[in-house]
Amino acid sequence: MAQDDPTYFNEMLTGSDVRAAYENLGRWQAEMPADLRSLKQSEAEQLFRRVGITFAVYGEGGDPERLIPFDMFPRVFTSEEWRKLDRGIRQRAAALNAFLADVYDRREIIRAGVIPEHLVTHNEAFEKAVVGMRPPKNVWSHIVGIDLVRTGRDQFYVLEDNCRTPSGVSYMLQNREIMMRMFPQLFVENRIAPVDGYAGLLRKTLASVAPPKCEGDPNVVILTPGQFNSAYYEHSFLADLMGVELVEGQDLFVEGDFVWMKTTEGPQKVDVIYRRIDDAFLDPLCFRPDSMLGVPGLMNVYRSGGVSICSAPGAGVADDKAIYTFVPEMVRFYLGEAPILENVPTWQCAKRDDCKYVLENLSELVVKEVHGSGGYGMLVGPKADKATIELFRAKIEARPENYIAQPTLALSTVPTFVEEGVAPRHVDLRPYCLVGEKIELVPGGLTRVALKEGSLVVNSSQGGGVKDTWVLAE
Amino acid sequence: MKLAVRHVTRYGFDTPVRRLVQSLRLWPSQFEGQTVLDWTVDTGSAIDGAGFRDGAGDWTQTASLRGPVEVQEITVTGTVETSDLAGVLRGHRERVPPSAYLTATRSTAGTAELRALAADALEGMDGATVLDRAHALCRAVNEAIEFVPNETEPHTTAAEALAGGQGVCQDHTHVLIALAHAVDIPARYVTGYLMSTEDSVGAEASHAWAELWVDGLGWVGFDAANACCPNDAYIRLGSGFDAGDAAPIRGVVDGAATETLDVSVGVVDGARQSQSQSGGGQEQSQSSDGASQSQRQQQ
Repeated sequence: MAQDDPTYFNEMLTGSDVRAAYENLGRWQAEMPADLRSLKQSEAEQLFRRVGITFAVYGEGGDPERLIPFDMFPRVFTSEEWRKLDRGIRQRAAALNAFLADVYDRREIIRAGVIPEHLVTHNEAFEKAVVGMRPPKNVWSHIVGIDLVRTGRDQFYVLEDNCRTPSGVSYMLQNREIMMRMFPQLFVENRIAPVDGYAGLLRKTLASVAPPKCEGDPNVVILTPGQFNSAYYEHSFLADLMGVELVEGQDLFVEGDFVWMKTTEGPQKVDVIYRRIDDAFLDPLCFRPDSMLGVPGLMNVYRSGGVSICSAPGAGVADDKAIYTFVPEMVRFYLGEAPILENVPTWQCAKRDDCKYVLENLSELVVKEVHGSGGYGMLVGPKADKATIELFRAKIEARPENYIAQPTLALSTVPTFVEEGVAPRHVDLRPYCLVGEKIELVPGGLTRVALKEGSLVVNSSQGGGVKDTWVLAE
Repeated sequence: MKLAVRHVTRYGFDTPVRRLVQSLRLWPSQFEGQTVLDWTVDTGSAIDGAGFRDGAGDWTQTASLRGPVEVQEITVTGTVETSDLAGVLRGHRERVPPSAYLTATRSTAGTAELRALAADALEGMDGATVLDRAHALCRAVNEAIEFVPNETEPHTTAAEALAGGQGVCQDHTHVLIALAHAVDIPARYVTGYLMSTEDSVGAEASHAWAELWVDGLGWVGFDAANACCPNDAYIRLGSGFDAGDAAPIRGVVDGAATETLDVSVGVVDGARQSQSQSGGGQEQSQSSDGASQSQRQQQ
């Protein structure tokens, strides 16, 4: 194994000592002959291709059928490490939902002076159309993806929250599936908590938020923008696993008090829509009139209690990067608890003093667009050349309110198969918390790994790969 | 004043469409300035449903129609007792915070020219109340844009209308909203009816004006097309960010057809109904204000 850089926490090694959780894996990797390894790697690739799991990179052109690279070396959490994450993630998902219920109702958190009003109400993601609405169980974000990074043995930070429709859970499930198929022995030698209950829990969660007018077993569907969407594979995969219909806007219509699905046996009422399309495209009669992806009249049925939409329109106001800063305050305000998970310290360029600091320290900071996602439009100061830094300086000076900055985090590393053998590569983690009648969390998540040596950007659109993520059973 | 309304909107399709879904906001607002005596919205053979009162206080309902549809006619008839509150929307129950109406849309997006007009209008008014500033902005819009029908289109933005210097009530309203935003006054688009008199403009179809948020008074209406605040000649229906968002009728058809639209609005003094009814509602083709119907083709 390559010599370790002490700046970064290596999740497997302390010096040259292998942590207990990784002992079996250390042996497994050391004993694996080089030819077997390359054989397995190409087998994994074939399996991924066969199931059709590909990822299209937004806005970069190139091959939309490109495989997201899979690294066979799993990432491991002990049950003790997971217990803390589990509690922290559930706590955060509960607080984010309480925030959404509040800002579309009495706005207590604003009245109390905890969050400035304009950050919430004068925000593109704030939906006037759902003010005063109370969705079933008062849940607004039903699938909360919380992006975490680790910088030390006990030090985790939340990088961002995803309250709309976080993607990637199909990778969590497929990575496990493929590891079990290729290395069944590993799953005998290690007691690994299963993740395959996710689809059942998702179905249960969605059914638990059926609308008031639904009688009997709720009819759940997944609404996709269609096969040209980069996450289409995931939409059809989840529909398959849950045993529900995958529909496009044109398969649904509104009549009277309900939403109906066209079927060969006539219209069938739809009760719960897990939508994987953005608010703006949901209903041309409420949002963008030119949307061809949505269902005309859907919002009227939603508001009058005839259908549930997951996540609720307007949920995005909770995962805005300007709101992110206040999530620990939300935990205290709504739950009366101390936040278990910490935020990364964040400078708001909209604030004059913060902006001054950011501009003076660009070469050490990570700068992000407030509304951006997917690692686009991001500056990683220590890795950037002078020209890029100057470009960002100009951008921030032109529209300071559009940017936030964070320290460059020393992301932990996990051993990863590389050309020369095994070497540490930086990782993050996205667990998927389900919120309905109950809060559910499968032990695991999606580990993304920056495959380029030294790279701290794990986004699949920027050359990142994925790993199976193990939580060891007690 | 007792106002009697008859508002007929007729959509015709040269090729029958498979399905038609409309979202209607054609019911008078509930506030101290108006009391509904009777009101019906007849959607013909459409199925009515999914009705609710939204966070802005407007009653919204869906009309859906299975094809083949060649004609859809919506007839609004009713009588409303109005009183003059000098534009103040007193006693209106709503839950959307005023600050949400600082959000601009494509139609109300600010430009240097719009900001300059706002600054000019408020020159020397630094110490003035929000109400006085709002009146000044309203006057400025009235002077900057001459009421001329058919010079602008439904998609004309505030910036374009200002550059052209002509427009209808929709344009006056968009420009006033943009000016208010430029000086951090929440503002929104309001639809309704106006009883026409010899002096007023914009009553030929459904009318539109703006509401600006004045601390202490709440929402106050400003009709920039007529340089006045709404009085008892007005009936208020609903509000939104802009004309598209506030439209009393939004619709989508499933099918490829060329749409024709006829709107007639008659608003008369209910006490003198027998004399003026015939003159009130002349049938005429839709101009840029009034009901908006977006159309999409699905094949």
